Amino acid sequence: MQVPAHFEYQRATSVEDAIALLERYGPESRIVAGGHSLIPMMKLRLAQPELLVDINGLADLGGISLAGDVLRIGAMVRHAELLASVTAGTHFPLLHDAERVIADPVVRNRGTVGGSVCQADPSEDLSAAFTALRATAVIEGSAGVRRVPMREFFHGPYQTAVGPAEVLVELQIPLSNSATLAGSSSAYLKVDRRAGDWAVAAAAAVLRIDRDSVVTEVGIGLTAVGARQFAAVEAEDFLRGRQLTGEHIAEAGDIAAQHCSPVADQRGPVDYKRHLAGELARRALHAAAARADLAIIGRL
Amino acid sequence: MTAALTPGTSGRRPDPFAGHASPMGHGNMVRKEDARFLRGRGRFVDDIRLPGMLHGAVLRSPYAHARILSIDTGGAESHPKVRAVITGADLERRGMAWIPTLSHDVAAVLATDKVRYQGQEVAFVVAEDRYAARDALSLIEVEYEPLEPVIDAHRALAPDAPVIRDEIPGRTDNHIFDWEAGDAAATEAAFAAAEHVSSCEMLYPRVHPAPLETCGIVADLDPVSGRLVVYATAQAPHAHRALYSGIIGIPENRIRIISPDIGGGFGNKVAIYPGYLCAVIATSITGAPVKWTEDRSENLMSTSFARDFHMRGEIAATRDGRIQGLRVQVLADHGAFNGTSQPSKFPAGFFHIFTGSYSVPAAHCTVRGVYTNKAPGGVAYACSFRITEASYLVERLVDVLAFDLGLDAAEVRRRNLLRPEQFPYRCATGWEYDSGDYPRAFELALEMAGYDELRREQARGRRTRAETGEGTVMGIGLSFFTEAVGAGPRKDMDIGGFGMADAAELRVHPTGSAELRLSCMSQGQGHETTFAQIVSEELGISPDDIEVIEGDTDRTPFGLGTYGSRSTPVSGAAAVMAARKVRERARLVAAAMLEVSADDLVWDKGRFHVRGDRAAGVGIGEIALAAHSGLELPEGVEGQLDATCVYNPPNLTFPFGAYLCVVDVDPGTGQVTVRRFVAVDDCGVRINPAIVEGQVHGGLADGIGMALMEVMAFDTDGNHLGASFMDYLLPTSMECPSWELGKTVTPSPHHPIGAKGIGESATVGSPAAVVNAVLDAIGVRHADMPLTPAHVWSAIQGRPLRTDLAIG
Repeated sequence: MQVPAHFEYQRATSVEDAIALLERYGPESRIVAGGHSLIPMMKLRLAQPELLVDINGLADLGGISLAGDVLRIGAMVRHAELLASVTAGTHFPLLHDAERVIADPVVRNRGTVGGSVCQADPSEDLSAAFTALRATAVIEGSAGVRRVPMREFFHGPYQTAVGPAEVLVELQIPLSNSATLAGSSSAYLKVDRRAGDWAVAAAAAVLRIDRDSVVTEVGIGLTAVGARQFAAVEAEDFLRGRQLTGEHIAEAGDIAAQHCSPVADQRGPVDYKRHLAGELARRALHAAAARADLAIIGRL
Repeated sequence: MTAALTPGTSGRRPDPFAGHASPMGHGNMVRKEDARFLRGRGRFVDDIRLPGMLHGAVLRSPYAHARILSIDTGGAESHPKVRAVITGADLERRGMAWIPTLSHDVAAVLATDKVRYQGQEVAFVVAEDRYAARDALSLIEVEYEPLEPVIDAHRALAPDAPVIRDEIPGRTDNHIFDWEAGDAAATEAAFAAAEHVSSCEMLYPRVHPAPLETCGIVADLDPVSGRLVVYATAQAPHAHRALYSGIIGIPENRIRIISPDIGGGFGNKVAIYPGYLCAVIATSITGAPVKWTEDRSENLMSTSFARDFHMRGEIAATRDGRIQGLRVQVLADHGAFNGTSQPSKFPAGFFHIFTGSYSVPAAHCTVRGVYTNKAPGGVAYACSFRITEASYLVERLVDVLAFDLGLDAAEVRRRNLLRPEQFPYRCATGWEYDSGDYPRAFELALEMAGYDELRREQARGRRTRAETGEGTVMGIGLSFFTEAVGAGPRKDMDIGGFGMADAAELRVHPTGSAELRLSCMSQGQGHETTFAQIVSEELGISPDDIEVIEGDTDRTPFGLGTYGSRSTPVSGAAAVMAARKVRERARLVAAAMLEVSADDLVWDKGRFHVRGDRAAGVGIGEIALAAHSGLELPEGVEGQLDATCVYNPPNLTFPFGAYLCVVDVDPGTGQVTVRRFVAVDDCGVRINPAIVEGQVHGGLADGIGMALMEVMAFDTDGNHLGASFMDYLLPTSMECPSWELGKTVTPSPHHPIGAKGIGESATVGSPAAVVNAVLDAIGVRHADMPLTPAHVWSAIQGRPLRTDLAIG
């Protein structure tokens, strides 16, 4: 059995209390949510925080709900809860696509949405999903609440906009790309070596097309291939305003592949990962388009 | 009637597992051990807590190859909870820094001069708790001088390769052995005369048994009596006792090895590891019991790996695919110490059974073993002492031959399979196959799968894909394997000088319940059930009333343990023979009870009656009671019915099987889905069919794992790239289809109940079927395991990967 080094433990009673604890103990303190990244790293002694601030009891950080023109997802929402949420799945099918392939049921029962994005693992699935959905992170510190777009949230591998004494409170997804709207939908596709493994590569696609099949909005997220902020911005720019055709989708895939920067590891060589980025972006766009059509048909 | 005499069956607590009637003898029954395992009531080594017990932790080398310049243990020793720190220098003073391996080499217990692989043991800390022991490891300062490592086995014999074993005087290279088998001249002639020759380079990568429970020990030396009790994850407790005795000099009568429940072995728990010895030394230094339990990374990095065979195979055949000869050259990567644990006199184990299931007139192999800067081991993971490599080689070669000749892979097999009338069959390399009907098993597998329809579906799919460029491609893979299990006989096979035989002691209690004491050791295979059923079949005592005792050298007879699928072929035979001795003794007692001649008695499953008069009879329970009573016992019975047998098998048994795998491959991503797996196994007589099928299920999953995802690769610095379950992937239920099992039954002619052993069959036979299916789908001649999505895609691009090295 791997055992962690010595650490202190405090259970936060509120978000303010959590922030106060983080400020008091300084940079060697860490928030623990689901613990499915942090605890294994501590057992391997890759992480040796002096204090864990447990935010599991904070009801303020839970819940999935519609609030005005956004869907809000609390930072402490467990993966299993997001997967089970009819509201989330109806508006953003890609969230369910992604949750179905995140780790395994045991991890999904405990691991949290906020923990996943704050870990900022380059292979983590929700980062690309929220990037494609143009979500906003709501971050609280002693100076107040900040709102950071997902496309500015990631500062590099394992680094985010969340400061040492701040807490990610929730993620907000604009409903402007909700699959309940005509011509809108989304999809997430992942290639892994085995169920529960981290992605070799994955792609998220969010599409909105008008009556003439012109793309009015598009989000493309890429996982594990070194895309800046997990986004394929150049491919999005190419597609936006164009007719949604097989050729254009294929070209968008090629552009996505060209602009990412995968690194070789035991999951695959660079050429393969680059190929996957294009292939999966293309397939995810097709899947989203197919769903958007179905949504239209369903209403007619 | 027996039950009425048996106190054991009355007064039991109500049990949810009850109601499943146990058969009297062979047949399906709920496993006796499941009641405890399913409730989490198993008792494993790490569950053992003794008063005053201390905890050990191992400091391991971060380098694959480095000279140790200095070790400073002062910081660790001053930790308030640390009770001892042991280094290689301490062991050297005791003459225990190096120990002999089972392959005529020596291995370091704790490194003295150099470290030779990443993860090698450097120091052992003993502390009051596990946390303190782990904390103290980081207080030990070791100064290393990194040396160039040898990672690629093909580089090991290069003239400029660094010498790994330079502690051996005069050694100037990394060569361990050259070995050959078969008839080189006859094979040469067969190849010279052949119409066609196909050849293929293939790697069976380094994989790991990865049992759910890692290795562990609690060592407890009583300072007063001098008696050492060792609780350990040991597949071979008696062999361990003898080896400990030899290494540490305590006589066997003062050593007791207890293997409690074991959570999977697969060969990983045959060897004695440095951590075990350190725990034993630590208990002698501290006077307290010492526990050491590996963590997952330690298990994957340092304990017995399997395979790592770089093979070049050639197959000579007629143009219509009839095999004329087989020739193989192997480069065997044995790691830093030659430490294979296997019972043969051959350095490549049973590899020279590589002619497999085919009638091959001429065959020859050479095997060259080399040292590299990797962990030692090589024979583990349900491999039947390298039959896995042999079976994979021939089954891949047959597919390559079919590919090259443009023939159907099933048809090529059909043309070459051994025919029933060829048994007993002596193959070109000398093995004598005991029995088999291969065409029957093969045709059954094809029929179950609907082979012809699958080929038609494949042709349709290929046409569709050629037109649309869309969709997955389907592949069909075949393999036919022949296993050789149940080592001995003792004159031909030994481990550490101990001839391969096993013993059974059967005690029949006065009221007719019984206990069977065995020298083998279950690791999850269900011995408590299977062996009770074996005795039940012979004596007519319910399996519920037969206690099977294993894994305690104080309570069981000497024998060599469980690995190489040998429990049923060897210990099973010992149990049968002991039961038959009991039965013959019971006959004499029954004759005295009934006042008739023993020759006039007829045995009718659990009861002797007088020939021609069924009513005049006595049951085994009554006989047992009489044997313990004041009855005047006949000549030849001293009292009681107990009997012992040491079984020296006359030959190995040869289980076989025909496997067929259907996969769907997505050429755009390289992802493989195993759609179907048909497995027809013939392991002779099946004692508990459900347990047999469970063994097959596990082995088939193993095969999918090795074919598609499992590998321990190394980067150029010698870093282990599979040192956690995030990196060393085991298959899950999501990768496994619903298995379709079939059977034929060809009894072994020399086993007392015709059983052959099943533990490793599916692990041996399945990888080739999966690989053949994937390559059939993508139309590629060969690519090595594991066929990960990246590798499948690269193979389609014509750039197959080298899977034993880091992907660049």
